[in-house]
Amino acid sequence: MKAKHRFILAVVVLGLLMTGPFVVTSLLVWLDMKDAERVMLTELLLSRLPVGTMMTLFGFVVGVLVLHRLFKQYVEGLLRMAETLRLMLGANRNFRVTIEGPPEVQQLARAANDLAQQRDALMDDVEAQIATAKASVEEEKNRLAALMSELAQAVVVCNLDGRILLYNNRARLQFKALAQGPTSVSGGALIGLGRSIFSILEKNQVQHAQEVIRQRVATGKTAMANFITTTRGGQLLRIQMVPVLAAPGEGEAAMSGYVLTVENITRSIEQEAHRDQVLHLMTEGSRSALGNIRAAVTNLIDYPDMEPELRERFLRVIEEEVAKRGQSVDQTMAEFSHSMKTRWPLEDILGIDVIAAAQRRIEDKLKLPIKTEELDDALWVKADSFSLVFALVFLASKLQDHYEPRELRFRLTSAGKLAYLDLIWAGPAMSSETFYTWEMESMHAAGETSPLSLRDVIDRHGGEIWYQREKAAHRAFFRFVLPVATPEIGHDEESARGSNRPEYYDFDLFKFEDKSIDLDRKLSELTYTVFDTETTGLEPSNGDEIIQIGAARIVNNRLLRQEIFNQLVDPECPLKPESIPIHGITEDMVRGQPNIDVVLPAFHEFCEDTVLIAHNAAFDMRFLQLKEERTGVKFSQPVLDTLLLSAVVQPNQESHKLDVILERLGIHIESRHNALEDSLATAEVFLKLVPLLEEKGIVTVRQALEASEKTFFARVKY
Amino acid sequence: MAHKILIVDDEPNIVISLEFLMKKEGFEVAVANDGEEALAKVASFNPDLMLLDVMMPKKSGFEVCEALRADPERAGLQIVMLTAKGRDTEVAKGLALGADAYVTKPFSTKDLVAKVKEMLAR
Repeated sequence: MKAKHRFILAVVVLGLLMTGPFVVTSLLVWLDMKDAERVMLTELLLSRLPVGTMMTLFGFVVGVLVLHRLFKQYVEGLLRMAETLRLMLGANRNFRVTIEGPPEVQQLARAANDLAQQRDALMDDVEAQIATAKASVEEEKNRLAALMSELAQAVVVCNLDGRILLYNNRARLQFKALAQGPTSVSGGALIGLGRSIFSILEKNQVQHAQEVIRQRVATGKTAMANFITTTRGGQLLRIQMVPVLAAPGEGEAAMSGYVLTVENITRSIEQEAHRDQVLHLMTEGSRSALGNIRAAVTNLIDYPDMEPELRERFLRVIEEEVAKRGQSVDQTMAEFSHSMKTRWPLEDILGIDVIAAAQRRIEDKLKLPIKTEELDDALWVKADSFSLVFALVFLASKLQDHYEPRELRFRLTSAGKLAYLDLIWAGPAMSSETFYTWEMESMHAAGETSPLSLRDVIDRHGGEIWYQREKAAHRAFFRFVLPVATPEIGHDEESARGSNRPEYYDFDLFKFEDKSIDLDRKLSELTYTVFDTETTGLEPSNGDEIIQIGAARIVNNRLLRQEIFNQLVDPECPLKPESIPIHGITEDMVRGQPNIDVVLPAFHEFCEDTVLIAHNAAFDMRFLQLKEERTGVKFSQPVLDTLLLSAVVQPNQESHKLDVILERLGIHIESRHNALEDSLATAEVFLKLVPLLEEKGIVTVRQALEASEKTFFARVKY
Repeated sequence: MAHKILIVDDEPNIVISLEFLMKKEGFEVAVANDGEEALAKVASFNPDLMLLDVMMPKKSGFEVCEALRADPERAGLQIVMLTAKGRDTEVAKGLALGADAYVTKPFSTKDLVAKVKEMLAR
């Protein structure tokens, strides 16, 4: 029943209550009366009727007024409050009930407001907790990625389709080193997020390893498999596979991906083969010679009365064979001494890192201040850093016990293939006997002992140590001589491309399924290659040629600055002088670079399974298409043009030049007009355009292509 | 009639000892310096027993052995392989290819003579 109807009903009830009892009482009295009494009463009543009616009406009106007021305050007031509460529940969390009306309603309003307050606090708390949880997950992810990138092993994580979800720097460098030809041409194509591992490893072998793991898991053994594979370039890789199992609680622990640890064992296999060869030379080479000698000797002993001439012959055999053996032993030693000597695994380490570690320990444990002198901070040594640092601390503690120097100094220099690590102190001369005993005793320092002696440590390093005085300076030093290491892979190469933590991982790819390009997928979900070319001029059909191709990848809406393609191309024709200031590429830079026949197939491989993006794509695509026949590669994937997309989003803007768009979208780029820099800029533009396109209802690639076609700029042809 | 022995080895320093020894033992001896010559000598000299080195230029001892065992006319020829290869696998290979005995260098000449005599007495 509506509130209004209830009010009317209440009024009617009030009316009845005011008149009803009187009328009923009168009726009952009337029925009980005699005729004379009735006449008397009628007379009595009729004369007083107006007054009675007036009073009744007056009372009724007052009653209705009271009723109305109560209704306004309690019923309608509460209804209003209910509406406000609904509003607070849904649309506007911050809205509050106005405190008004009678005290009871006000109390109710206050209680409701308090409840709302409490609810808001709780919701804020939950939101904060969710945010913290999210942040910590993100942090864990980042920590994992950072950890992986520091690992000395090459690690690649793949999903079951063989798509790469994560890889570390070592893996990138290793596979880059495996690539044939100019490294930057094809090296980039091998490894990348979302790419298939099968372009590097044999699919059958990987699948076989997966099968092995499944069987091992089924029989309760450690889930792991190893295999060795040969790359296209003939390198040997040892691969260890460990499964990524789905989170517990999802029934049987199913494999959702796998971790591959890759080790290039070509060199160690070569070394092993080398050692085998030595062994062979020493055993089988000796057998034959010994056989010859033994037979000759036996004959000499058994037949003492043989003719002198024959006897002479046998003696010569012995002499010859013994001389040959001697020579062969010498030769073997000379050739293989290196591989025989260093059997202890030494690591390549920066000399200054060893010193820093020793410095920390000495200051910490011995409370002996350390200073440094000349330090070659680019010097890598081959060392077992633990035992080496221990040896330094040991010597420092010995010096402290015997000579109480106020401080020690470190110095690191190099001479040819040798690194000199000096531990310097000022004080009296020490005898060589003392140092000899120090060298031979088991090392102990600051409560720690080692089974090794200083000499052992030195031998382990294939190094030397000696004591030397600097008379003029009244001081002396111990000189550690260590082999210099040349790190296999460039360590500082990374810093060139931004100091941000590398984007080597994308766990969302665990769910990645579709491989070919589906035009109806969302723009934000696809993998793109954003590229740009520098050319000798603006007329592709008039003999202008590509001189540089730069490209970067976008995977899962993220620009991967590490996965780039950047290659100069020899155009095999002179550059136009007027174009040089534009692209900054000179004759010297392009001569000796691979030509388009080499670069284009490599670039094609780099773009595999991705949508292409370029700014003013028609121009770049024309250059690529003109080379299709010559190079045999066809770029058949869909192409998006940021110029056209920008025109779709902002049709009323006059200019859609890259510079102008960059400014309009608030993107700051350091340098431009280099194919790589421009492709990175284009990628940034694209990433900004995706949400703007979405606002216009353009969500899929197909929609983006269709919208592009309709813009005015699409009609310009090259 | 004296047994005929063919010595096949490319190293003169062992050939001289073996030749001397076998002659002293009263055998008729011929020498071949490589695998091809060995096959030719088998045809011309028709030996009863052959001391065959494994590592030789042109044709290895294994190849010579195989070739001879493929020829039914030479079924009676005894082959003793002499080798510096001491690995089990190679011994197994020599015997599998049809050698009657396998002697690893350095060997005792006495034992060799005893073995040769025993084989020829069969």
